[in-house]
Amino acid sequence: MILRIDQDHNRFRQIVRGRIKQDLKRYISSGELIGRRGKDLISIPLPQIHIPQFIYGKKQQGGVGQGDGAPGTVLGPGEKDGGNQGAGDQAAEHLLEVDVSLDELAEMLGEELELPAIKPKGRKNIVAARDRYVGISRYGPEGLRHFKRTYKETLKRTIRTGNYRPEHPLLMPIRQDKRYRSWKSALLPQANAAILYMMDVSGSMGEEQKEIVRIESFWIDTWLRHHYKGVEIRYIIHDAEAREVDRETFYHTRESGGTVISAAYRLAARMIEQDYPSEEWNVYGFHFSDGDNWSQGDTEECVTLLKSQLLPRVNQFSYGQVESPYGTGQFLVDLKEALGSDERIALSKIENKDGIYQSIREFLGRGR
Amino acid sequence: MSRLPADLAKLQEIIEGHARAYGLDFFPVVFEILDYRMLNQVASYGGFPTRYPHWRFGMEYEHLSKSYSYGLSKIYEMVINNDPCYAYLLECNATVDQKLVMGHVYAHCDFFKNNLAFSRTNRKMMDDMANHATRIRRAMDRHGVETVESFVDLALSLDNLIDPHAPFIVRDRPDAGEEPSRPVAQRMKSKSYMSDFINPPHLIAAEQKRLEAEAAARRRKFPAQEVRDILRFLIEHAPLENWQRDVLAIVRDEAYYFAPQAQTKIMNEGWATYWHSKMMTEKMLTDSELIDYADHHSGTLGGRGRLNPYKLGVELYRDIEDRWNRGRFGKDYDECDDLRERARWDRKLGLGRDKIFEVRRVCTDVTFIDDYLTEEFCREQKLFNFDHNPKTGMYQISDREFRKVKQRLLMQLTNQGQPIIQVADANHRNRGELLLRHVYDGVELKHDYARETLRNLHRIWGRPVALLTVVDEKSRIVSFDGEDFEEKDSADKVA
Repeated sequence: MILRIDQDHNRFRQIVRGRIKQDLKRYISSGELIGRRGKDLISIPLPQIHIPQFIYGKKQQGGVGQGDGAPGTVLGPGEKDGGNQGAGDQAAEHLLEVDVSLDELAEMLGEELELPAIKPKGRKNIVAARDRYVGISRYGPEGLRHFKRTYKETLKRTIRTGNYRPEHPLLMPIRQDKRYRSWKSALLPQANAAILYMMDVSGSMGEEQKEIVRIESFWIDTWLRHHYKGVEIRYIIHDAEAREVDRETFYHTRESGGTVISAAYRLAARMIEQDYPSEEWNVYGFHFSDGDNWSQGDTEECVTLLKSQLLPRVNQFSYGQVESPYGTGQFLVDLKEALGSDERIALSKIENKDGIYQSIREFLGRGR
Repeated sequence: MSRLPADLAKLQEIIEGHARAYGLDFFPVVFEILDYRMLNQVASYGGFPTRYPHWRFGMEYEHLSKSYSYGLSKIYEMVINNDPCYAYLLECNATVDQKLVMGHVYAHCDFFKNNLAFSRTNRKMMDDMANHATRIRRAMDRHGVETVESFVDLALSLDNLIDPHAPFIVRDRPDAGEEPSRPVAQRMKSKSYMSDFINPPHLIAAEQKRLEAEAAARRRKFPAQEVRDILRFLIEHAPLENWQRDVLAIVRDEAYYFAPQAQTKIMNEGWATYWHSKMMTEKMLTDSELIDYADHHSGTLGGRGRLNPYKLGVELYRDIEDRWNRGRFGKDYDECDDLRERARWDRKLGLGRDKIFEVRRVCTDVTFIDDYLTEEFCREQKLFNFDHNPKTGMYQISDREFRKVKQRLLMQLTNQGQPIIQVADANHRNRGELLLRHVYDGVELKHDYARETLRNLHRIWGRPVALLTVVDEKSRIVSFDGEDFEEKDSADKVA
């Protein structure tokens, strides 16, 4: 149900995020609520906007209280005056921050970058979980009591305990006799997505380049997970050869040696063929490299692979070229020449960390 | 919104009967039962189902929703001052809570109806709030959401600048109509032949001139007397467009509607608590509900160290009732300095119940505390003053001295804890600038807020604005001309 307040609430959220009414920004303060989760104290961020008014300055003003204690009894800390707090003698309460959920994060990302919502392809887009009554359980709400089964159980128990008199067949169900209908949520086909990350780990990809890939892929994950119920992610690293690895290895391996990109594309194509038939999956390919391929011949091979095998099966294939001091960056130029007009391919050049922002927009800005 | 289920409707009937039997006198009460989201919405709107669109309601909603979903606080009930009185119950409350809440609501409603501070409030505010919403929406359609909302922000920045007593008194009576007669220099009585000696003509002429100049200056002075209802002053005199005037009028109306609730927080909550506890313990509690009731009731009255209006209010009513039952008031009692006799004092007057009904009729929080908070009460309730110790950075108890505690309490309640600001001169420096005066009472304004508020005021007044106040214990004039702030010492005394 949509409440009237939702409109006001949205507006408030937008102001806090700085999307509208920039002039209110200077009145925003970051408040918090202190809550408790299990043993931990948690801090729940609560941004507030204070409209300025003529009010009394607090200036550590006192007040009237009620309770025990002699003059001098300490009640609690004053508001922070900022700056010279001096060293305290008490251990700080350890607060865990309740972060925004990933979903909220994805929404913010979407708003910030003005990303269109993804429209999953065609008939794979059936997301409906239907509850069906399929079983019987011993617990449940009275509304779902299964009369026949309960009756049977009562009858069985009464006979077993020898209290059953055929001439006066009174049955009294007790708690243990009761049976309830129970349900299962039927899993109907739903929009699934598979993400294949490919990364060049040849000697020219340094720590900084990988950092960029890590950050960018985190945001891509967040965004795609926001749109699909089930997301599977596979990682491929390649130098002169390609192999599938787990997430940890993907981000932390540093190999050396040459770069043969077609190896990775070939492996990706095989994976898609085996595991992600395009009738059932929304497949996304992301490839990051510094753009230095082994030979022009291999680049042609890549283009052929993309054209014939990868592009027809994916929603979008994205290539991000991370600037590195060693790479020539030729690969991007070649791809653009060969496939630049194909809307299934997104190309982006990431010069440094600040470039990530723009690059995400290029990758995800098409709503595919 | 759903109708009350049968069991609660039955309960309402019973509780209404009890309330009437105790002598409570209320508007008809309409209960609505809401789920927590709806209740949070209504609470964010200050108890009303419809308000004009504004982000601050959304902010309030976020606060309430977060506190609720993390289990920090929950609203049991909302009740609004209206005829009929609307009250909202939280759907998932247990029956014992609903009972308590209903009793509480009837007492609030009695208070709204009978307390004199509320006597001039609009009892059809529910409808008016909806009208306000329509008017503001219409303005938004015509002038754009952003434009109108920003102006509402400005208006809200000034919405504490009203005169809460204005509904009850006429501040400036219009002049009798005719121009005040020309001032005439006074002459000493004399025989006619001595006249020129006793009243030398050149002196008389000079005096005459001076008086006329003074009168002219007085006529030029505008407003003639300082004005506390600044919002009204702006509506009447600021160069605004009609829709802007309308927005200011709406914000002002609502500020006046809510003002008595701020003036009687302690009394109102105390009264409601007094009666729900009376009804529950004397009439309605079943054995199985006792523990839950005690738990929730003490939750309402709890709070470590802080002053809780529910607690202070209910204890003070009980104290008054007890004192008037036993005749512990008046000259004889006050002058009795035999402590043993004072402790035993009981004239068996039985005037308590009548007295608290009288108090709930005529008092606001300020007079409630001023007239009835006694030294004994202060001691029994363990009231204390606390202050900030700059050395440790902590708040600590400073004293338990009755006079000081009471004085501080009254200070905090005066003008609902808001500074008093008045329009001193709308033609400041003879340039149509607006000069406000902060009536200084020992506490300075929050300086950065004051500046920002001046900036907002400037956007309404359209000409430079200035505020005469005290900064760091010195009389200062802070002014804003649309671009820069200026601050300088002032020769005028503020207080």
